[in-house]
Order: sequence, then C-alpha cells, then structure tokens
Amino acid sequence: MNKDLSRRGFLSEGLAGISAAWISAHWPVMLRAASHARQAATAAAPVKFEFFSPEQAREIDAIAARIIPTTDTPGAHEAGVVFFIDRALVTFAKEDQKTYAQGLPDLQARVREMFPGVEHFSAATPEQQDRILQSLDEQSPGASGRPSRRRVTTLSFFETARVHTIMGFLIDPDSDKRGNRDGAGWKVIGREPEHMFQPPFGYYDKDYPGWQPNPSDAEKTKS
Amino acid sequence: MTLDQPKYKTTDEVDFVIIGSGAAGGILAKELSGSGFRVVVLEQGPYLTEKDFVHDEIKVLNQDLLTNHPELQPTTFRKTPQDKAKPQRALVYGRLVGGTSTHFTANFWRFHEIDFIERSKVGPVSGSTLADWPITYADLEPYYTRVEWEIGVSGQAYASPFDPPRSKPYPMPPLPVKSSGVIFERAARKLGWHPFPAPMAILSEPRPGRSACVNCGFCLGFGCEVGAKSSSLATAIRMAERTGRCEIRPNSYVHRIELDAAGRATGAVYFDAERIVQRQKAKAVIVSANGAETPRLLLLSANKQFPDGLANSSGYVGKNLMLNSGGVTTAVFEEPLNDYKGFAVSRILHDFYELDPDKVGFHGGGGLDARFDMTPISFALGSLPPGSPRWGKSFKEVLSHNFTRTCEIFGHGTSLPVEDNSFSLDPELKDAWGLPALRLTYKDHPDDLKLAAWLYARSAELVAAAGAKRMWAPPVQEQQFAVHLLGTCRMGNDPKTSVINSDHQTHDVKNLFLCDGSSLVTSGRGQPTMTIEALAFRAADRITALAKRGDLPA
Repeated sequence: MNKDLSRRGFLSEGLAGISAAWISAHWPVMLRAASHARQAATAAAPVKFEFFSPEQAREIDAIAARIIPTTDTPGAHEAGVVFFIDRALVTFAKEDQKTYAQGLPDLQARVREMFPGVEHFSAATPEQQDRILQSLDEQSPGASGRPSRRRVTTLSFFETARVHTIMGFLIDPDSDKRGNRDGAGWKVIGREPEHMFQPPFGYYDKDYPGWQPNPSDAEKTKS
Repeated sequence: MTLDQPKYKTTDEVDFVIIGSGAAGGILAKELSGSGFRVVVLEQGPYLTEKDFVHDEIKVLNQDLLTNHPELQPTTFRKTPQDKAKPQRALVYGRLVGGTSTHFTANFWRFHEIDFIERSKVGPVSGSTLADWPITYADLEPYYTRVEWEIGVSGQAYASPFDPPRSKPYPMPPLPVKSSGVIFERAARKLGWHPFPAPMAILSEPRPGRSACVNCGFCLGFGCEVGAKSSSLATAIRMAERTGRCEIRPNSYVHRIELDAAGRATGAVYFDAERIVQRQKAKAVIVSANGAETPRLLLLSANKQFPDGLANSSGYVGKNLMLNSGGVTTAVFEEPLNDYKGFAVSRILHDFYELDPDKVGFHGGGGLDARFDMTPISFALGSLPPGSPRWGKSFKEVLSHNFTRTCEIFGHGTSLPVEDNSFSLDPELKDAWGLPALRLTYKDHPDDLKLAAWLYARSAELVAAAGAKRMWAPPVQEQQFAVHLLGTCRMGNDPKTSVINSDHQTHDVKNLFLCDGSSLVTSGRGQPTMTIEALAFRAADRITALAKRGDLPA
C-alpha cells in the first residue's frame, strides 16, 4: 500500500466529500499539516541508528522478527521496527535504555547457555530463537485489560521489546516515530491506510436498508 | 489565541473569571461574553488546535498529549477512609482548551425525567445519599435543545420509545450506521428490545467552519482534526472569542480562590506557564474545572472563615462521587466489520433505563451501546481474546483475523451516591507545583455492582443473539479509576446537604459559582456530558439574571 494513499493523500488530494466551505475555512491549516507530513516522511528515511550499535540493531531486528514474524505477509523486519525502537530509546522511551543495555547481554548469555556454539541470538535458527524467547516470556507477568495507558517502565526486557515491537509495527506510519514502514503493519491487520472513509464500512452494514422504526412502536413514533 | 481576543490585565477587575474551558466552562464563556460581560477563562492545559490533533497513538495516549499527566499530577487511591491511600493513577481528564470534550466518545444522551426525581420515586436506598434534584427534566429541556442546536448533535428524534419529551428534533440526521450497529440492532430486535440511532456530539453534516465527520477512526481519546467532534474547543470557545470580550488564557493553573474581608471572592490565584504566581481579579468566580479539580480547588482554598475548604460548610465538597457503573463485553464475528472506520457508537438502547428494584433486586438502570473504540496499538495490546498468544506467528494470525472482526457492547449505568466516595487532598503526596495531590476514595455501592452484572448478562444475551463466534467479558470488579467525575459539589436546596443552589451559586459565597460534573445530584445512566452542557447553558441564564438584578457586585 503505497504512501500516496495514506494520510498525506487525504491531506493533499483526497478532499472529495468535504464541503467547499470547510475547505476554504481550513485550507491554510491543511496546507501546513500536509507540508508537515511531507517533512516528517523525508525525515523518516533512516540513515543511521541513534541509540543502537549496528551489532545491537541486528540483534533487536532478529528479536522483533520473532515477536511478529514474516509469513506470507510482512513482519516486524519489513515494517522497520528496529528503527522505531532505536528512535524510541532516544525520545519518548529514554527510561528504557537501561532495560535494553542490560537485557541484550543477558539474552546473549542465555543463547550460549541454551545452545552452546551459537554466539548470538541472530545466529540461532528461528526455532532456537523462539525457544530462547519463550524462556524469557515465562518470567513475564501476563498482560490483561486495556493497557493503552499503561507505561512500560517496570517491564522485563522481553516484555519491553514485545510492547515496543507491537507499537513499532502498528503506529500511524505518518508519525515521526519511524515505525510501520510503508504501512506494512496496518496492511497485515486489515486497516486500510486512509484517514477518511465513507460508508458502507464492513460486511454487515453494506446492505442495511436504512433506519426503520422499531416495529412494535410504529404507532408511537408516528405521533 | 486564533482570533482577536482582548488581553485583560490581571489587575483589571473583569466581570467573570471562569476556571476551566471544558464542556461547562466553554459554554459559560460563550454565553456570558455574548451577554456583554468581560470574561477571562483560565485553563491549566495548553491551547492546541486541529493541526495538533495527530493520530500518533504513543504521543496522544501514552504521552498524554491531551490529558492530565501522571508524573506532573500524581494521584493516590484507597477504597475507604479507613485505608491509607497508595500512589496510583486514579483518573483521566482532558487537560487542554476544550477539556475532556476534546477527546471524548461524544455519546450525547439526555438524562430522563427519572434521573431528577429518583429519590422520591424509589425512596431511600440504604448506604446511599440519593437525593432529588432541585430542578426537573422540564426545567432543563430547553437547554438540552440549545446544546443540540448550538453545539451540534446528530441523532434521530422519537426513535426510542423510552426517550423523554423534546421540544425540537435534532438539527441533523444521525451518523451512518456501522457494522457493529447493524449487528446490535438486529440482535436487539430479535430479543424484543428497542435499539435506535445513537445521538452523538459529532457532525453528520458540515457547519460553518466545521467539517462533517470524515470517519477517520481515531476518535475516542483523540482530538478531531476536522472539527467534526462538537468539543468546546470546536464550538463554544470560538464563539466566545468572536464576541471580543473573552480572553482564553491557557497554561494557567489555578490553585486558590481568595476572599475579601466581607467573604466575597475577589478572583483566582494561578501559576502561569513559567510557574509564576498571578492573581486575576474578577467580580465573580465560576469554577468549571471538572468533578475532581473543582472540589480540589475549593479544598486548596481553605481559609480562616472556611477551615475545611471554601464553600464547604456542608462538608460535602468532594463527596458523593459517582463514576457510573457498567462494563465491556467484546465479541468477534465471522465477517469483517471494519469498525475501525468512523466514530465509536452508532446504535444504543434504553430498554433498561428504569429497572424495577422489586423485580431485579437492586436499584439503578442503564443502557447498552455497540462500539469499537480501539486504535491499532491499543487493540493489539489489550483486545485479543483471553488466552491468546502474545507474540509469534499465532499472535500475528489472531491479530490480523480479529482486528476487522471485533466490536464491543458497552453497558452504562447508574452509580449511587455514597458519602465516603470522594476526591480529597492527599496528606503526603504533592504535584509538580508542590500542591497536595488528588486522592480518590471509592468503593462501589453494592447495587452498582449488581447492576454491572445485570448489564453484562444482557450484553451476553445480545451477543449470543447476534451469532458472534466468540465473546468474553471481565468479571465485575470494584472501580478504582475515574473517568466520569460526578456529584462532588452537588446541587440542592438545603445548604446542609449540598454545595450549590439551583442557580449554581455556592450556598456560602454569593459570587462564587460551580458548574460541571460536580454539580450533578445523580449520575444518569452513564453519559453525563450532554447534561453538564445543558446545565451550563442554564447556569449562564441564571447568573446573567442575578447580575442584571444587581445581586452581583456591579
């Protein structure tokens, strides 16, 4: 799904359906927003890592690729999740730097312990990688509820990486967070890339005949 | 900020200083400045506008772009006054110009007649301070209509046989139906219930300067980038600015209301953006800071005359808090609903608005709505079926299958007022400005928990009738997080059991008025904002009448 169908498409081209009066009232704001979005997109082209060394980045990419693997659809690797996490650790998730700095060497020690001869997580087979992560996940408390407002500061390394991977996979691709590259994550979950939709929206409303009064109250609603 | 506003000096004695720019404060500012008064609105949060309303879930939800900030404004919680409160995130509210109306769901139910006279109709309820309002539905009806027409509410009049009388239809048709709404409507009718199009404070047709809803899908928790959500920001605040008599002053954190020797309020003391203390003089003070911050401000303003908190001779400031009962049932269907498109709610029902306590065994009532209010990250982290894999190939499979096929049935209901349930000042914890933090004390009345269980049972029947492939709901739990902040400075005729009279004037200080969720005497059935806005229109009329009669200093 290419970028021109995304939010920028809405801002710069996809204006059908909005009243002319509204457009004229908001045009300057919209132009500013569109230009801001374009700058963000340019800035989002990753050139180098801001927190991870290339070696660390390779390991994080390998971990993220098991949390959301590449199948017949893109996974965390294709969505550039490692770039999201790298940016996160120097911006909104600075407090998690320590979790990664300590968690990665611990992880590598566990790799060598579980699979002697394998030096790095990224060098293990996918099956081995899953077993390593499972051994870490067993130490994590189960997640529940509606955690969108919960912070990740007290979580384990695995849980932190898991939450960050999911965030990096599904964040609005037009944000400045470097995640969900080319909208890959939204494609996987079936979220169309636009930010403006018209009914019918789904299977069950496509043949809706329009509102009919509740049958037993037909008399009452006429009055 | 965006229009030509007057810049009043803090030493100018303006007619009104209004603390808070949300659902009530915005309307009071519009009405009073429109009546010729000079008004300063002090808002603790920033002045954001449409261009700031991005769809970045981390920035908006996790980093609290629009809401109170747990690190700057920490809170504590305890179940009863006998417990020691522990630091815990206890509430969320909109902290920006426009307040909570900027990011809410926009369900806009009127209260019904019963909500105002419940105490006399059903009698006393053990363990509750349930009381009648000093006003009735008929008193408020014209103001509900004004909210619908002046602020912008879409809906289908006369569609529910349970609706209270109305003087006018809605100004615009309901929003389009979503797949969740169609599923809900069909299943509810199978059960003999009466679903109808949800009244929503979201435009289905454009208004001057505002777009109709474009169904972007980032609605609950987000600001509206096209001005379709009828927040105070998109409506009343801009109308107030257009009068040329109203100054909106953001980043102004009021922490004290001062009185003169005669016991009259002289203005508001606040920290500006640089945390420098300022004093805005005014002839009268209106507090619309929400059901948590309004009582907190009164408690922070204790003085010699009012050692237990300003205007608190009743002892009721901060008490009788009601959060609304209810619960969420989640369901997964065979085909894609794509309910991520659009606003949250398109169909509701009110068959259970008034339940007979003799039949159900508890006091209360409620409604159901069909919705999807999750955005992609919060869905992936919190809305998969219990026991789902949390990572790996099978996690990806269930996530990609369910995102488009999930919806929720929300039960919304009454909370009974209980005196101990309250917002108060924590004796130890301080906020980033060194002021006592908010402490939430809350234990649901047993009937509220029975009502929640009852609404879950109805939701389960509905989801079963709809033919869902899978459904689940959490167990009924006592609440310890506040979203609806109601009843903490309740209205009443008796100064011993209420904080304000029916003119929103505090019983104790004649030029101090309170209007927001704290004014509510009962909780309604879970959707308070419409009533808060109707009260604000009415309060403006009452306050204007008092001022013109000379009952406020001229």
